Amino acid sequence: MKKVEAIVRPHLLEAVKTALQEVGIVGMTVTEVKGFGRQKGHTETYRGSEYEVHFLPKIKIEVVLGDELVDQAVDAVLKTANTGKFGDGKVFVSAVEDVVRIRTGERGESAL
Amino acid sequence: MDLMEAKVALDTLWVVLAACLVFFMNAGFAMLETGLCQAKNAVNILAKNFIVFAVSSLAFWTIGFGLMFGDGTPFVGLSGWFLGGADNSPAMGDAYQGVFSSLSWTGVPLAAKFFFQLVFAGTAATIVSGAVAERVKFLSFIMFSFVLVAIVYPIGGHWAWGGGWLGSAGFRDFAGSTVVHSIGGWAALTGVIILGPRIGKYTAAGKVQPIPGHNMGFATLGTLILWLGWFGFNPGSTMAADAGLIATVALNTNMAAAAGCLSAAAVAWIVLGKPDLSMILNGTLAGLVAITAPCAFVTTGSSVIIGLIAGVLVVVAVLFFDRMKLDDPVGALSVHLVNGAFGTLAVGLFATEGGLFMGGGIASTLTQIEGILAVGVFTAAASAVVWYALKATVGIRVSAEEEREGLDTGEHGMEAYPGFTSRAGI
Repeated sequence: MKKVEAIVRPHLLEAVKTALQEVGIVGMTVTEVKGFGRQKGHTETYRGSEYEVHFLPKIKIEVVLGDELVDQAVDAVLKTANTGKFGDGKVFVSAVEDVVRIRTGERGESAL
Repeated sequence: MDLMEAKVALDTLWVVLAACLVFFMNAGFAMLETGLCQAKNAVNILAKNFIVFAVSSLAFWTIGFGLMFGDGTPFVGLSGWFLGGADNSPAMGDAYQGVFSSLSWTGVPLAAKFFFQLVFAGTAATIVSGAVAERVKFLSFIMFSFVLVAIVYPIGGHWAWGGGWLGSAGFRDFAGSTVVHSIGGWAALTGVIILGPRIGKYTAAGKVQPIPGHNMGFATLGTLILWLGWFGFNPGSTMAADAGLIATVALNTNMAAAAGCLSAAAVAWIVLGKPDLSMILNGTLAGLVAITAPCAFVTTGSSVIIGLIAGVLVVVAVLFFDRMKLDDPVGALSVHLVNGAFGTLAVGLFATEGGLFMGGGIASTLTQIEGILAVGVFTAAASAVVWYALKATVGIRVSAEEEREGLDTGEHGMEAYPGFTSRAGI
């Protein structure tokens, strides 16, 4: 099992979600987050004075899935979250040791 | 009911209705100022703007109204404490017998005169709230407001409206560009100077570090409420249901607001790069403040010109005060002080009778300048005495720790948005 964490632009959440569902994932967790990458945020103005906004709002999508779906899931994110501009976000893939369904106590991939 | 009684009834209806509109401006100021400040200080600003009208009501009833409109000397009224003393209102003019002869030009009951003037006094006090926001102690603000409405505002007001020396000299301020807005503005300016800027507003290198307001929706709603309230503020100052005059004044008031809105938007767009919404809101208020003195004396065309100039002035003034490191979170100085003075001057320039640009010579303009300066010097000096007296006794500024944590928990022990996790910083 693997966990795919995708940090994407907030307005693209719906498109990414739909693409991931088409791949066959059955659940996901979404969080509103803020952060910066290489551009270190951007500049805004208020009443004539500029100021730095270091942390920009993003959406973090977390999906845990079987190894065989990982490439398709990453492709689905790349296809839907890529605008070609700075600030499109990142995808992280990591190994997951175990999963437990709280209601039944089932473990492993069948608990997904 | 004979014709005279019907006129008194209609006039009173209009004056009380207009006063209700001006009262509602408290909601406008509360929303505008809260929106332009940080979430961690929202309860404090709402509390200040709410309690200030209660404070004003008692201060004005006990001595303020007597000092302002009671018979006395050219410098101060000396009768009518607690709204007492002889008075046969709504008798007018020569038929009037009582201690408030400065208000004998209007034929409404004394209670209506008081109620209308009270909501004006409350407005002057509210102006201070925004300028000193996010660092002033709640108790000191209440005490300052009481003295402002009980003593400082009424004395300046007596000079212009209460039978005092300025009014006798021909000084014209129809609805209070100087009497209400500049007095509030001067009191605010001294507070801003004596309090100092909010922590972090200006870097050691002198750079402005903006502290953005937390809710532009509130600020916009507040400004719309104020715009509405001004249709009571200016047309109501006729204090009579004078059909032609109230309609003209309402029209002039609106056109100046619209012109100020658009010119501030244009200047912000051209000079600052973007049409900053807070500047557009300030521009609208600048037009309203500037037309407050001249609204009954100028043409509608002049009203538009006055509004256009006000919208430019307010943006320039915001940048100027920031450069001077005078920290005014909501732009109250730029709106009320600068445009209160400009609006008062505009009477001298644009009045159809006696205006400099209307071929009336310079005499009226000089009288207007005299009034602006006299009321300014008096209000600034008196306010400074009060602020320093408070500083030496109860203190006027919250601790640095409280300021960083927010005045909501520090002063009131509560938050405006307890269910929200997001705080400034991320």
